[in-house]
Amino acid sequence: MNLETPKKFRGLQHQAGQVAKHYFRPISRKYDKAEHAYPKELDLLAALLDGMNEGSPDAVGAGSASKRGAAREQQEGIKNGGNMAALLGVMELCWGDVGLLLAMPRQGLGNAAIAAVANDEQLARFGKTWAAMAITEPGCGSDSAAIRTTAVQDGDHYVINGEKIYVTSGERADAVVVWASLDRSLGRAAIKSFVVEKGTPGMTVTRLEKKLGIKASDTASISFSDCRVPAANLLGNAEIDVQKGFAGVMETFDNTRPLVAGMAVGVARAALERTRELLSKAGCRFDYAKPLLSVSHAEATLYRLEAEWEAARLLTLKAAWMADNKLPNSKEASIAKAKAGRVASEVTLKCVELAGALGYGEDELLEKWARDSKILDIFEGTQQIQLLIIARRLLGKSSSELK
Amino acid sequence: MTVDVQGQALSALSKLAQADWPDRLKVRKTFEKLVYSGSRASFRFASGRAAGKPRDARPAAEDLFDLSLSDEQQMLVDMLQGFALEVLRPAAHEADAQASVPAALLNQARELGLAHYGVGETHGGLAGERTVLSNALIAESLAQGDFSLAATLLVPLSAANCIRRWGSSAQQAAWLPAFVSEEGAPPFALAVSEPGVLSDPDQPATRARKRGRHYLLDGEKTLVIAGLDASRLIVSAQASDGPALFIVDAASKGINRRAEPGMGLKACGLARIQLKGVKVPGDCRLAGEGIDFSAFLDYSALAFCALAVGTAQAALDYVTTYCNERQAFGEPISHRQGVAFMVADIAIELDAMRLLAWRACARAESGLPFRREAYLARLLCAEKAMKIGSDAVQLLGGHGFTQEHPVERWYRDLRSVAVLAGGLHL
Repeated sequence: MNLETPKKFRGLQHQAGQVAKHYFRPISRKYDKAEHAYPKELDLLAALLDGMNEGSPDAVGAGSASKRGAAREQQEGIKNGGNMAALLGVMELCWGDVGLLLAMPRQGLGNAAIAAVANDEQLARFGKTWAAMAITEPGCGSDSAAIRTTAVQDGDHYVINGEKIYVTSGERADAVVVWASLDRSLGRAAIKSFVVEKGTPGMTVTRLEKKLGIKASDTASISFSDCRVPAANLLGNAEIDVQKGFAGVMETFDNTRPLVAGMAVGVARAALERTRELLSKAGCRFDYAKPLLSVSHAEATLYRLEAEWEAARLLTLKAAWMADNKLPNSKEASIAKAKAGRVASEVTLKCVELAGALGYGEDELLEKWARDSKILDIFEGTQQIQLLIIARRLLGKSSSELK
Repeated sequence: MTVDVQGQALSALSKLAQADWPDRLKVRKTFEKLVYSGSRASFRFASGRAAGKPRDARPAAEDLFDLSLSDEQQMLVDMLQGFALEVLRPAAHEADAQASVPAALLNQARELGLAHYGVGETHGGLAGERTVLSNALIAESLAQGDFSLAATLLVPLSAANCIRRWGSSAQQAAWLPAFVSEEGAPPFALAVSEPGVLSDPDQPATRARKRGRHYLLDGEKTLVIAGLDASRLIVSAQASDGPALFIVDAASKGINRRAEPGMGLKACGLARIQLKGVKVPGDCRLAGEGIDFSAFLDYSALAFCALAVGTAQAALDYVTTYCNERQAFGEPISHRQGVAFMVADIAIELDAMRLLAWRACARAESGLPFRREAYLARLLCAEKAMKIGSDAVQLLGGHGFTQEHPVERWYRDLRSVAVLAGGLHL
């Protein structure tokens, strides 16, 4: 057993850490203020990352977190592969800025979906496309099975109709991966994902949200009105397999939830480190030498937060490690997401409190991190949805028994 | 000095071969394999030494992040979990009520040969360079049966670990072979915690004053696990050159012991021990190279973390079954989010505790600094284990409050994780 970061990823971590420190941090406040302005600095960085990813099997970004990536490795025994590499990169980058990471071209969850469920032809066609992800609708959030957007086959095309909200980078991306139902009477088994390229007639961005945090990342509402998409853009299998049901679409989450957990771990570390610096100047020692009851309240609080943070970090690494080793990890992915999501909120909010007026003001980034982190306990499945998933698995309950 | 490694392995196996519980639990094959692989390791070690080869060139794979247990660790866990669930759990209620471990159970436990894992290969045991995690797994597995019984059974292993890690080579040679011998070692106990409020175990109030070739020990120790029955005590005390550990004859003049029952840990036979001018020969001060008192306390903290993890796992398993069986409003109570989410939270925090404890252990046995990791693991385990104990009682409602179910006992036992220091040693 070894629970340290593998040496082979230290280079990647260092690189991502440098990007976070020298590229994200300097523009972090700028784009928090300029909501909806595209961070043009990201184009250069995205090109750099694409180049790095081409040249290395240990890719940074969402696309490398897929079972496909793990399957490519031939070595026997325990593996540390694409899921862990992507996770470590994301943790570092979100130490820099969560919003900027989410705004990065070609690193989003749409690309993760493509990487996870596309066939080889689609992977070749869309592998380099910047794809946003459109799941949520005005009338359905966590309840993805209630999707009302429809896709009706018409010759070589599907015709898509419906409304999508909370589409990250929905206006900026080259394409949107849309979840739509082939037949609403067949329930969740009929939900498929489609790649709709920017400029396709019938797809319109109707508005951009104003948000609590992650302002550098645009969140779009998109309307589909008789939007015709080539049939070949249906990702994965077009068959409606009632037995397998939702599984195909939900598989994506087993890979992406640890990544969102990684984002939470990253931003929480930023807050912990800064608060520790500030408290050290005020005389806290942080040497792990005295019993918790004998150190100052501020010091004890930070130790507590640090323990919670370590827990979130290790649970997240565990989920990614399981994915890399092809162990079923739905429960563990949800455990990681649930723990990291709530820990990031607790840590960043408490750090504002610990740093007092300094923490609350905009001269520091602590208040921004406390706003940015909240979304991480919401998207890719809220805290409560994760608890439902975990509880159903533990107790052996179906979604109709444990609602 | 040479110890007949093969002889020791055979004698361990023979003890087992005579016992009947491995058959009842259907773990004989597992245990045979375990003993085989353990003794094989000893043979390899011996032959490697003989050939003068450097030992244990670590395979590159060890650099990978890896949560899997070795085959030997997995066998150990399987075997001890069986023992915990089928032998310890049924005995736990009575042991709690009687405030002692039944003699028959102690004998059965001795057949497990756990102390072998605390004694180095040169002295006939199985402890190689990397034993901390295996020790933690032993504690975790046993605690799935019962916290206090597990703690009591771990005392001899803890004493052996302590002497192996902090004793000089002469002290090891004098004390360790008994732990793996036919007769067994004299009963030890570790006396470290002190009764003062806000006391810091790193700065013992117990004093050791040098008087010629002896030390004189004065002070008071509290909540000593298996302290009443011990004939030898490992006592922490402040010497003129810093905190130190002494092996003390429990029958020495000036030692006064009394039972000190607590909220839980009843079966541990907790003792309050007073030392008044207790004369201890100078060579009974543990004098290994690089003795590190903070690390001594950290290995102890990790033992309590491992017990907390095992007991919390027992609580999770128990409430999972209970909440699925218990009916209210025409369906199992597990169909309600208010119940189910508590169960999910137990699972989340249990896994968190386990990973923090395992990481600290893995770092310790790899020779990496682990002060911070042990500190954070202790902090998290103390807090979360108590929450889990409390939630387990809550989930059973009024039933949880009665002694018809083990959760009230675990509730009492788990409170100790934040309180105890030094009584066990991984």
